[in-house]
Amino acid sequence: SSTLVIAEHDDANLAPITLNAITAAGKLGSDVSVLVTGANSKKVAEQVAKVAGVKRVLVAQDDKLKNNLPERVAPVVLASQKQFNFSAITAGASAFSRGLIPRVAAKLNSSPISDVTQIHSADTFSRGTYAGNAITKVKSEAPVKMLTFRGTAFEPAKEGGSGAVENAPSGDIKTEQSEFLGQELSKSERPDLATAKIVISGGRGLKSGDNFKLIYDLADKLGAGVGASRAAVDAGYVPNDMQVGQTGKIVAPELYIAVGISGAIQHLAGMKDSKVIVAINKDPDAPIFQVADFGLKADLFKAVPELTAALP
Amino acid sequence: MRILVGVKRVVDYAVKVRVKPDKSGVVTEGVQHSMNPFDEIALEEAVKLKEKKLATEVVAFSLGGPKSAEILRTALAKGADKAVHVQVSEAEAAKVEPLHVAQALQKLLEKDKFDLVFVGKQAIDDDASQTAPLLAGLLDWPQALYASKVEEGGAGFLKVTREIDGGLDTVKVKLPAVLSADLRLNEPRYATLPNIMKAKKKPLQNIPIKDLGVEIKSQTSILEVSEPPQREAGGFVEDVPALVNKLKEKGFVKN
Repeated sequence: SSTLVIAEHDDANLAPITLNAITAAGKLGSDVSVLVTGANSKKVAEQVAKVAGVKRVLVAQDDKLKNNLPERVAPVVLASQKQFNFSAITAGASAFSRGLIPRVAAKLNSSPISDVTQIHSADTFSRGTYAGNAITKVKSEAPVKMLTFRGTAFEPAKEGGSGAVENAPSGDIKTEQSEFLGQELSKSERPDLATAKIVISGGRGLKSGDNFKLIYDLADKLGAGVGASRAAVDAGYVPNDMQVGQTGKIVAPELYIAVGISGAIQHLAGMKDSKVIVAINKDPDAPIFQVADFGLKADLFKAVPELTAALP
Repeated sequence: MRILVGVKRVVDYAVKVRVKPDKSGVVTEGVQHSMNPFDEIALEEAVKLKEKKLATEVVAFSLGGPKSAEILRTALAKGADKAVHVQVSEAEAAKVEPLHVAQALQKLLEKDKFDLVFVGKQAIDDDASQTAPLLAGLLDWPQALYASKVEEGGAGFLKVTREIDGGLDTVKVKLPAVLSADLRLNEPRYATLPNIMKAKKKPLQNIPIKDLGVEIKSQTSILEVSEPPQREAGGFVEDVPALVNKLKEKGFVKN
């Protein structure tokens, strides 16, 4: 038996979450194959072949697969499934795979399992439900296990593999159903939230978008990524892709610094697996302090500049 | 354009859920339930499309036990023209997976033609985020998930801006299609008292699930539901220099 991981990439580089997914796939106890689809997937496939634990890399390179629309990638996955009969088809949990894995699962009459955080065996998994307030352990009897893995729950796979690269069987790709018109990706010089070792997030306590400069200055001293609470996003201080929480991004960095964030359940769901949590808030009863390793009860407008100045 | 909107009855978002001592699930009895907030957003968008004359009819759909009728009445009060309740028993309701919901929707769509199926991006109970892409897969329809803006995309097409991990993208999908709503698509309206009264007279159709030929046969069995590991609060530090020292001890800041 073999497990398939569907790679995610931007036509040039493999997305970090695919490395987490390869580690998770390895825990299912069988060979790991990776499918790379796209208009320029051969280049990415070479990167994938060097990842430790990858036995086989299937490449589907076709201009029709540019931007990897789910309607077009699904037939390629199904063609690979027909040929190789994988016991599991998996990917890192992202906007891309949450669209693709269930679409393929429907064709295979398999109930997917989303956002797996722990693998007990090839058919038994744990995942969070109710915004992470309950952990559900499930056993899947699906004919093919269709899984997405939460990136932060698995270490990224390292280099050191030498997988064989071959062409994927071609699927019947229809193009009239959907068309990619464009994208606006947020550009930032700072580390990506999902993979940063240190994340600093600001909340409503910042009081304005301009005041986020305090957060950026501190982040630049620490080489940190910058996030925000939903309250700060809803108030229009920062764009929505900075949101950390149940409805935003799930992060689990080595160090998380929450500034002016009260700690609503929905925010905690997005960051409570961080290794060390620091909270800076003037309200000593803020729920964020209940999960913080180090709490600082202080006015952030004084404490944050002082902290930034004190760092080398 | 006829729009079918899927709405799910879930534990209200403001309730702090508690895990049952026997670890069989979470406590749902005597707990406030309401319409899944993301489904409310999908419904609001469908009603807006009707108000803009882009849609002719909005039908709300729910699969669930008898109490799901309550949220269908809410959907009618918020602007749906009709409602369809695909009924399962309480025992079956506990075993429903997104695949079953997608199968029921597929069967319904074979009997009644719709141009668009709109659901929330995920339900806040199981957090699965599967119903829309499963249905799109079953039907071979295009899909646009995590919509934050829905516009006309030329005759027979919709242009959808989607929230993706690194920002936004825009896709054009051919109708019929399946969409899912993200948080920022709109702000759902409240049901006004006159509309709540009017909703009582709108049609609400009951269909036992067996009439659709869908069997609730579970592929995923729940072995155990437990509390997440609790973090211990580490306590307060005195001031900024004390915090800097802690960060040094942990190796985040060089000495």
